[in-house]
Amino acid sequence: MAPSQDNASPQGASQAFAGWISVALASALFALFWQALGPIGAGEVLRFERPWVPSLGISLSFLIDGLSLTFALLITGIGALVMLYSTKYLAGHPHFARFFLFLTLFMMSMLGVVTSDNLLTLFVFWELTSITSYLLIGFSHSGADSRRSALQALLVTGAGGLALLAGIILLGWAAGTYELSEIRAQGDAIREHALYLPILILFLLGAFTKSAQMPFHFWLPNAMAAPTPVSAYLHSATMVKAGIYLMARMHPTLAETDVWLWTLTIAGASTAVFASFMAVRQTDLKQILAYTTLMALGTLTLFLAADVGYAITAAMTFLIVHSLYKAALFLIAGIIDHSTGTREIDRLGGLARAMPITTAAAALAALSMAGFPPFLGFIGKELKYAGALAVQSEPYLVAAAVLLANALMLVAAGLVAFRPFWRGTHSTPKTPHEAPWRMLAGPVILALLGALFGLNSDLIAVPLVEPGVKAISAGELKPAELKLWAGVNIPLILSGVTIALGVVLLFLHNPMRKILAGIEARMPWFDRGWDNLLDSFKTVASWQTRILQSGEMRRYVYTVFATLLIAVGGTLIYKGAWAGLPAIPDLEVKHWVVTLLIVAGTALVTVTNSRITAIAGLGAVGIGVALIFIIYGAPDVAITQLLVETLVVVLFAVAALRLPTLKPGDGFPNRKLDAVFATAIGAVVAAILITVTTGPIDLRLTAFFEQASWLEAYGRNVVNVILVDFRALDTFGEIAVVAVAGIAAWSLLKGQTSDPEPDGEDAK
Amino acid sequence: MKSVILRAGARLLVALLLVFSIFMLLRGHNEPGGGFIGGLIGAVGFVVYAIACGTSEAREALRVPPEKIAMIGLGISLISGMMALVLGGSPFTGQWLFIGATETEKGLPLSSVLVFDIGVYLVVMGAILALVFALEEEV
Amino acid sequence: MELVLSILVGVLVAAAIYLMLARDLMRFLFGLILISNAANLAIFTSGRLTTGAPPLITPGSDFPAEGAANALPQALVLTAIVIGFGLFAFALTLTLKAYKRLGTLDTSEMRVAEPRDDA
Repeated sequence: MAPSQDNASPQGASQAFAGWISVALASALFALFWQALGPIGAGEVLRFERPWVPSLGISLSFLIDGLSLTFALLITGIGALVMLYSTKYLAGHPHFARFFLFLTLFMMSMLGVVTSDNLLTLFVFWELTSITSYLLIGFSHSGADSRRSALQALLVTGAGGLALLAGIILLGWAAGTYELSEIRAQGDAIREHALYLPILILFLLGAFTKSAQMPFHFWLPNAMAAPTPVSAYLHSATMVKAGIYLMARMHPTLAETDVWLWTLTIAGASTAVFASFMAVRQTDLKQILAYTTLMALGTLTLFLAADVGYAITAAMTFLIVHSLYKAALFLIAGIIDHSTGTREIDRLGGLARAMPITTAAAALAALSMAGFPPFLGFIGKELKYAGALAVQSEPYLVAAAVLLANALMLVAAGLVAFRPFWRGTHSTPKTPHEAPWRMLAGPVILALLGALFGLNSDLIAVPLVEPGVKAISAGELKPAELKLWAGVNIPLILSGVTIALGVVLLFLHNPMRKILAGIEARMPWFDRGWDNLLDSFKTVASWQTRILQSGEMRRYVYTVFATLLIAVGGTLIYKGAWAGLPAIPDLEVKHWVVTLLIVAGTALVTVTNSRITAIAGLGAVGIGVALIFIIYGAPDVAITQLLVETLVVVLFAVAALRLPTLKPGDGFPNRKLDAVFATAIGAVVAAILITVTTGPIDLRLTAFFEQASWLEAYGRNVVNVILVDFRALDTFGEIAVVAVAGIAAWSLLKGQTSDPEPDGEDAK
Repeated sequence: MKSVILRAGARLLVALLLVFSIFMLLRGHNEPGGGFIGGLIGAVGFVVYAIACGTSEAREALRVPPEKIAMIGLGISLISGMMALVLGGSPFTGQWLFIGATETEKGLPLSSVLVFDIGVYLVVMGAILALVFALEEEV
Repeated sequence: MELVLSILVGVLVAAAIYLMLARDLMRFLFGLILISNAANLAIFTSGRLTTGAPPLITPGSDFPAEGAANALPQALVLTAIVIGFGLFAFALTLTLKAYKRLGTLDTSEMRVAEPRDDA
């Protein structure tokens, strides 16, 4: 990272502007949502609507209740702090402004996700968050690792997005509306619906990929290739919680069934336990944090599985707790990286003297993460135990999973926030120094909020948690109270056990890490599986390309016309439309003459080995066709045909001078199959045309043109009026094609193309 | 081809064909003709000229490079279509102005439709000539 | 006459495809011209044939004469002819350029973009 010289040059000034305007936007939005705290706390729900695509039932409708307000405040509040941090973190970066553009785009999309009241609108924003996440993970696009991680994240979340879209359409079909507030009222009907299971599976695929639940978790640790502020913002505090948001939002509609309960319980618990072990095994600060984020997401999923007040309250509270401390810790990891040049915990130690403020903020955030009183993390942990014991599935198993995960969380907190600052000495590439205020503001504020909300939990309980629980449960569940001291009860005892276990594990950390690394080496590796999957796609793609693109033009022509033969001929037979040959009409001499002229010309072109004869044959065909146009009352068309025919002959004459003569027999003898094939298609075309012309015809359009040509369009030549007035837009497109064809041919001939070696390897 | 008769004849012919092409273009709305036919006739005129006197002379006679003519024509057509948008209406709706109209006589009709057809004329002529000239110059 | 023209279109299509299957690009171009003539005739024929009166409105009358030819397919065919010509001209240019570069008009020898597997 370049030293901070961001206001020195004119470019630096415009960069600073891009940064500050983003910070200002996020702050303003935060203030805006702040206004909603009062009404939402009083139990109101705010809704705005304007039609977007009324014919498809898509409207821009937005709804703000406790759940969306909690998310919106986290998105804008943490967003403002992260952006402020980034103005320093990325100062002097060549793509500074681009970074802020992406970040702001992401923020707006994420706000769209959590405030949309229309499922299709929600989906659009959902996809936008995937795309901006892709852009941000791949921000350092010169690194192959970044690109791979970005693509992986995009493909995993994008595939989930497609599943979600399918689920949304099914749900919209089942419910008759895409408005969430209307769907929510039909929860019971939808749970009874025949499509309930497919809808649920598709929605959960969307949510699990986005929120990195097992077995789709592998993209999240890889996403750490993004700049640290992005990891703090997207991949811990907000975007990855979009899946959690979706599950919470759909809770009234899709929850309360056994499938929901068990799927979420199993996925959430296994993600949480797996991730907390993996977190302890890592040595890179960001990787540790990434796995603890996975653990948090697993825990949130676990609690959303249940349908009891304690569990939902625990989810809402933990959501806020986690966003606060995790964003803070990520930002601190960034500060450490920035000021020491490494994120390897083994190389870090004793930073407290050089970085006192960072140390303090890290300690506050980590205490909240580890769940010590009086921090909000403690309340969150107590609620988690109360919630775990209240779930309908297997309370003891769930409680055990949560306990284990929490103890390991404590170990991770120790690794991230204490080891680098206190124990031992450091051997870092750079001499550590305290970070500037813009980078300290975020971690300090977020860490202090964790303590403040812990000491006075009503600050978040009344305006956010309680309305949130109501929103998730459609007002059916009673939120649990948030308090620091609830007397000596089972959760408190479990808390004690957690802390004891955690401290023991922290001391045993090094041997534990070795054992875990050994286990990990034997486990199926999702990341590699993903690469194999992509490779197999590529294999299939190149196989089918070899089949379809043989490079043999004759084969292409065969494929195209065989398709026509089967599709058109097959339809003709299948529909039984063939009405037999009509009676042969009496023809005048001129008809016979024209017909024979065309047939003779065609025969000449087909059999001759002389270019001049062939061109003469083509001329005969062209003139014959023009004569048909004249006979049947189409003077405009006939004139055009004659003029074009003239030009074709001229062009051929000019080109023939530069092209070789025709080879007799075309160089290969056996063309019997070609002849049979061509005749079959000719027969099918003739048959379809006979069927069409013996059937009825709809002349309404022609009648309209004839009626309106003079009276409305003031033209006596109906053909011309159609061309330049009624269908002028089409004609415009057509002349554009003519212009493009002419200019393309012109540039092909005139362009200075660098000729490859003439008659080189390729030409053989 | 260096025939003096052909060269002199070609000059006359191209002039006649050009006049005729414009005649066909203008009468197109009421009689057989129009931008497509007019443009083709104009192109044929210059092609004859190029064959008789060489492409460089034909290019000189044309003054504007043909590919530019095509692009200008496309632009004219587009603008005439967008006129309706300015005057209120869907794009490509014909707009009419009758100069000197009385109760019984319509006067001289001017319309965006004619402008559109002029654009078609220029595109067809320009595109074909761009191609033919380039093809003839290709050694 | 629709019957005769339909069969005629069939003949043109058959000849066109036979030519397009040839390896010589020049013959392919002949096929291209024939098939575009066939397509134009097919559109024209399917709009039904009326001998004589073109779709013009004589001065003094507000509509074309009774039994005038169907104007819609004529308009479609008219532009199709010009576009077909554009397509042909472009294909011819490509052929010319390809011959200049590769020295052959045999499509089975043109392997720059899609080399043979065994090469």
